[in-house]
Amino acid sequence: MAGIEIAELSTVYPNGVRAVDGLDLTVADGEFFALLGPSGCGKTTLLRTMAGLEQASEGAVRIGDRDVTRLDPGARRVAMVFQDYALFPHMTVAENIAYPLRVRRMSKVSQRDAAERTSAGLSLGALLDRRPGQLSGGQQQRVALARAIAVEADVLLLDEPLSNLDARLRLEARTFLKKLQRDLGLTTVFVTHDQAEALALADRIAVMESGSIRQLGSPKEVFQRPVDTFVANFIGSTPMNLLDGLIADGMVEVAGARLAPPEGLDLVEGTPVVAGIRPEYLRVVPGAQEVTEGVAGILGAVAIVENLGVTSLVTIECADGTLVGLTVPEQHEPAVGTRLCVVPEAGRLLLYGGEDGLLLSARPSDHSAEFDRSRA
Amino acid sequence: MTRGPAWMLRRIAFYVLIAVLLAFFAIPMLWLASAPFDTKPGLGIRWPDWTTGNITATFRHPYALTSLVNSLVLCLIATAVTTAFATLAAYALSRVRIPGRDLLLYLLLLLSSVVTGTAAMVPIFVMMFQLGLINSQFGTALVISGGMLPAAIFILKDFMDAVPRSYEESARVFGASSRQVLAHVVLPVSRPGIATILVWAFVNAWGNFLLPFLLLRDVSQQPAAVLLRTLQDEGGSANLTVIPVFSLLYSIPVVVLYLVVNKRYGFRFHGGIKGG
Repeated sequence: MAGIEIAELSTVYPNGVRAVDGLDLTVADGEFFALLGPSGCGKTTLLRTMAGLEQASEGAVRIGDRDVTRLDPGARRVAMVFQDYALFPHMTVAENIAYPLRVRRMSKVSQRDAAERTSAGLSLGALLDRRPGQLSGGQQQRVALARAIAVEADVLLLDEPLSNLDARLRLEARTFLKKLQRDLGLTTVFVTHDQAEALALADRIAVMESGSIRQLGSPKEVFQRPVDTFVANFIGSTPMNLLDGLIADGMVEVAGARLAPPEGLDLVEGTPVVAGIRPEYLRVVPGAQEVTEGVAGILGAVAIVENLGVTSLVTIECADGTLVGLTVPEQHEPAVGTRLCVVPEAGRLLLYGGEDGLLLSARPSDHSAEFDRSRA
Repeated sequence: MTRGPAWMLRRIAFYVLIAVLLAFFAIPMLWLASAPFDTKPGLGIRWPDWTTGNITATFRHPYALTSLVNSLVLCLIATAVTTAFATLAAYALSRVRIPGRDLLLYLLLLLSSVVTGTAAMVPIFVMMFQLGLINSQFGTALVISGGMLPAAIFILKDFMDAVPRSYEESARVFGASSRQVLAHVVLPVSRPGIATILVWAFVNAWGNFLLPFLLLRDVSQQPAAVLLRTLQDEGGSANLTVIPVFSLLYSIPVVVLYLVVNKRYGFRFHGGIKGG
């Protein structure tokens, strides 16, 4: 078991693309860590550089107390599960699981032992003599995990572990994966483009874009206080409302409403800001439909209602054309055309700089925000 | 639904065409099945009046059986060389990025037909003569392999391209050396492609006439494809006692090879993804 330490790491492809760009990161021993970002943000390259499948151009990767930057993949004591699982089609499940032992020229008996021991914990015992082609997607994934666990590596790397499963199975596999990681206590880094997956699984998340980390924090931090509009936009199953506004008389003017700014901010009159508010954190003010100017609420007519099951996502259109989304409980679903007045819950309104898109923060800025500013 | 006479005519024409095509391919086969066992084999087909005299005569022929053995030796060497080199080259070309790789492959493919074709007969003969490889089975096999390699690499590279890189990367993360990756993963997974090349190379070499005819001047070294041409009686007309049996024997290895490989690997061209 070991943590991972990455210092000033850059990975540059032969065509000049800096897929990972001077990145620092520390993953604690036993941590379940997510690299999250849109495609092309460098998250997979970072994972592959940890595994040694890509060469680091600058910087260092340390696993435990060993500098592995220049080591071959096989010498790093990492295990990796690929997006397509990379199970060898010509080998049985048992042979696949025991393959790392075969590479080390261990005896057939100990290979079979390892396969049986590992597969039992993953309820694959009955499938040992099948071939990967005869397994379902979920079973294939478990075989890939079993093979990765069988090596007893220091670090487990997962590349989009759930993306090849259908939606229903994905939830099951997610729970399973989290339990497995907890049971093994194995330092695990996984790559995903699915923010829900990262929020659900990870102890900490690094949100990446253009080869560097935009925000690093627990799922709660990343969800509740995104450090910039990029992260705000990316995190959350319903996108955060990001509304252009102005500071006037110490209030935030946005979509025709005047909202109280978060406390303790030094606000300069007349500066443009972006007000960020999650649909889940907006409340309908009852009986305020007729109020017009100057209310501390956003007024608009219901334009679209999307059913999400227990809640509905309601999009209202304000007088100036701004669209604002909010979720309402299913029993309070308004009809299209209804006029609503909505206000953010206390303390849930976030303000971002109108030009740089960075979170305006009253608190002493946390590490990730500081880090990000130094990058920018 | 009623169909008009035009439709009937089209159907009839279609079946006549099919029948002619079928006969075109079937008649030589029927000849091959009947003539060896006929007392007076000719160029026509008739129900044989069963005899083993032709077989005995063929076996007594001074060069008939030797030439079949020569063919086997020649083809085994050429097939082994072609398959081994094509596999390694195709793997390397599939994985290594070099500028102009595809152009190189197309040029090789284009030139290969020239290089071992009629145009290069004289230079090849002179080169082999200077190397002292005239009348050498091995030398001839090498030239045949050289002619087959570009096409073999071209076909195999497609198979190798279809092997997901993640297989190799996965093996490498588990500590496999390059040789282990090749032996444990790449070769088994691309086995259907390699089997295809194996059969293709063997059949090509087996039927190759020009190169052995040029390079193997000694009749005791000549393979069956070359000897077949010289099977004449004293008068200079085709020796119809030996030719039918010899042709039958000549066709057996290819058929057997096809059956064996098809049973073991199946020519399903699935690029090795599904495994066997």
